[in-house]
This record gives sequence, C-alpha cells and structure tokens, in this order.
Amino acid sequence: MSLTAKDKSVVKAFWGKVSGKADVVGAEALGRMLTAYPQTKTYFSHWADLSPGSDPVKKHGSTIMGAIGNAVGVIDDLVGGLSALSDLHAFKLRVDPGNFKILSHNILVTLAIHFPRDFTPEVHIAVDKFLAALSAALADKYR
Amino acid sequence: MPDFDDNICQQRTTAPPSQDAEKSTISAVWGRVDINEVGPLALGRVLIVYPWTQRYFGSFGDVSTPAAIMGNPKVAAHGKVVCGALDNAVKNMGNILATYKSLSETHANKLFVDPDNFRVLADVLTIVIAAKFGASFTPEIQATWQKFMKVVVAAMGSRYF
Repeated sequence: MSLTAKDKSVVKAFWGKVSGKADVVGAEALGRMLTAYPQTKTYFSHWADLSPGSDPVKKHGSTIMGAIGNAVGVIDDLVGGLSALSDLHAFKLRVDPGNFKILSHNILVTLAIHFPRDFTPEVHIAVDKFLAALSAALADKYR
Repeated sequence: MPDFDDNICQQRTTAPPSQDAEKSTISAVWGRVDINEVGPLALGRVLIVYPWTQRYFGSFGDVSTPAAIMGNPKVAAHGKVVCGALDNAVKNMGNILATYKSLSETHANKLFVDPDNFRVLADVLTIVIAAKFGASFTPEIQATWQKFMKVVVAAMGSRYF
C-alpha cells in the first residue's frame, strides 16, 4: 500500500502540528504500549521503571518520535533513509517486527487524544499508511 | 479451549487490577459512550481508513468519499447496531463467549465476514473513544478496555472454526 503524493502531503502537514508536542506524544505512546501490551516490556528489562511518565520512558519516547520526525523528512525514500535504523533493529535490538504495528496503534491513540479535531479520518488513513511503510522500512534488513 | 472470561495469565512486575476492578472500569468507560454518536463515527472511520471493508456494504449506497461515508444514513444506522451489540457484551461481561455465540455464527455462515475485521473495528473504536475522552482515557484504562475488546473479538471469531 504505497504512499500517494496526497498521503505524503497530509502526513507532512499534520506532522507540522505534531512536532511541537513530539516529546509528549512519544513518551505517552510508549507508556501506553508498555501498559496495554505488557509483552512489549520484555524488550526493556534493563530499565528500572517501566511506568508511563517515568524517566526512561520519557527519554526513549522522545528518541522514537525524533526518528519518526526524521522519517517524515525522508518520506520519499523510507527504505534508504531508515537503512541504519533497520540495521540496528535487525542485528542489535532484534525487536520482533510484529511490535511495530503495536507501537503504531498506540501512536494513533495518542495522536487522537492530543489532536482530536485534526486527527480526522483522512489524516488517520495517511498516518496509518505512513507508519506501516515506516515499519516495513525498519524491518527491511531483518532477513 | 481457554475460558475467555478468565484473566489471561501474564508475568507482571506490578499487581494486576482485580477482575471486579476491570469490570468496573469497562462499565465506566461504556457509560460515557453515546452509542448513537460513537457507533457511526467508528464504523465510518473503519470504512475510510480500511477501504476494503466496504466490500461488506455494497447495498449501502454512496461510500465513494469520506464525506459520503460519514454522511451515509445506512452507515450511521449500522454503526448504532454494532455498538448496540457491544452494549450486550458490557451487560454480560462474565459470559461474553455464550452471549456472542449466535452473532458469531451469523457473521461466519451468513454474512461471510473475515474475522480480522473485528480486531480492526475494535482498534478504531478505541481510537474514537480516546479522541472523545482525551487524557481521561489513561494508559491503565486503555489497557483494561483493550483487554475487554480482545475478549469480544475472540468471542466474535469463536464460531468460525
């Protein structure tokens, strides 16, 4: 399901609104994922505190959203632009790529909460497609 | 065959909510949901975000654009029907599998609906509820609500095989 020109422009426009709150959104999405999908906690056994709002969750949520913001910038070539991150996830972190979908869902929930008027069905489909394409690019090097 | 109405056993670092606490959270969420508003919003959003789901609604008339979908009275009416069925699950929380037996059979054998669609609708409904509730839809409430949705989705798929 490749991104159309319209999808890309909708994502870029919406991300312009999101970027000011990116840290908050990232931290909250990660906290929601760890709470609602406890199996994802298995990747963070090295953190002292996995609760929503904890320091490691806030810091890592910010890292993730920063990377997603960068991906918006390379939206015309996600596989190329995310190549190094794909290497990281494939060979070092070895996160089961099924989890990308789970995090994506929690990002959508968080966006709906923080941008209830802007997160229209039209924005929802574009962002959902973008996160799916991003996830595929992130999994590109796995095998 | 697992009993869908038991807590799913998981390794945890913190104590899970009791089953009574979970049921009370679910009822509280549902109590704030206006079926007549949320049903049409959720079903409409499914048809827009996952357009292949329109395959089940050939007789509904114009679903060619998001505006057409959100303005379509048959989509709205059906959204209310679907949410009404969820009301049944909330009222029979200890017995969801049995409560949904014939609904599952109907979707499997008469309507021929791919059961993956139940999960899709559950996820979109969660997003619509989150948008309405805002920050009061906390991570803990989301977790409990989604656990309930998982049981409902499994019950809806239970008569397929």
